[in-house]
Amino acid sequence: MSRLPWKQEAKFAATVIIDFPDATLEAPTIEKKEATEQQIEMPWNVVVHNDPVNLMSYVTMVFQRVFGYPRERAEKHMLEVHHSGRSILWSGLRERAELYVQQLHGYLLLATIEKTV
Amino acid sequence: MEICRQDQALEIRELDPFLAELLRQVPESAQPKDSPAAEERLFSAPAAPEEKDLCAEWKVYVVPELRRLFQSATETVRQDLEQLQCTGKPFANCTLRIPLAHTDAWLSALNQARLAIAATYQFSDHELCDHYRSPLGSRRDLSLFQVNFYGFLQEFILREIEGNS
Repeated sequence: MSRLPWKQEAKFAATVIIDFPDATLEAPTIEKKEATEQQIEMPWNVVVHNDPVNLMSYVTMVFQRVFGYPRERAEKHMLEVHHSGRSILWSGLRERAELYVQQLHGYLLLATIEKTV
Repeated sequence: MEICRQDQALEIRELDPFLAELLRQVPESAQPKDSPAAEERLFSAPAAPEEKDLCAEWKVYVVPELRRLFQSATETVRQDLEQLQCTGKPFANCTLRIPLAHTDAWLSALNQARLAIAATYQFSDHELCDHYRSPLGSRRDLSLFQVNFYGFLQEFILREIEGNS
């Protein structure tokens, strides 16, 4: 079977797309989008790391202000940071996690976001 | 030196010239200037180095905001410190009034200064816990004293904020 000249082939292909628009919706594209959404919704952790300079009372106050935690919970996290070197303060959507980390940096704490394992 | 609450302000009375000079140095000490270690500490990374995109975007969008935030705090402190301009006897004790509305700025500026100094001099945990070291030995000893003195002020301000809330 002989092939059509390339210009005619292109015209034919275009006609197919116009005449059968459904044929242009390829399933793999949709699957890819779903995968991206899943990736975005994967929980992220807000982690605070120990540093020897920030005062314990200051760190507790920051946790209360940023996360709205009651004093007892804020102190528990502060002590975890102090003794274990780090504490996960919050887990959830990436955008919110980034916002929390930005606020914590505004208070000069060592904070990072991490993907949950 | 005596610190107390006076109406809507914290008052540091009987501030001797040495401690007054240390306070005057808060805004200056809060600037990382030529210390890459201090710069790195004040503007630390938001994620592990593998998160290259996030770290790069952070530098472009967030770091300038943080820089403005920190400068605004040190500027407020600088204005409060103008009270310490000696108008009377050169070595007389003086009083500093910190309005309660400025306490967050003071907490930030004192913290910036403590972190920048500690990063510049790479103080060890052991040194940072040594509250009885004389400030008179070397520039390093004086800086350690500065870190601890600023920490003492932070503690006092925090106590007052908590008492207020």
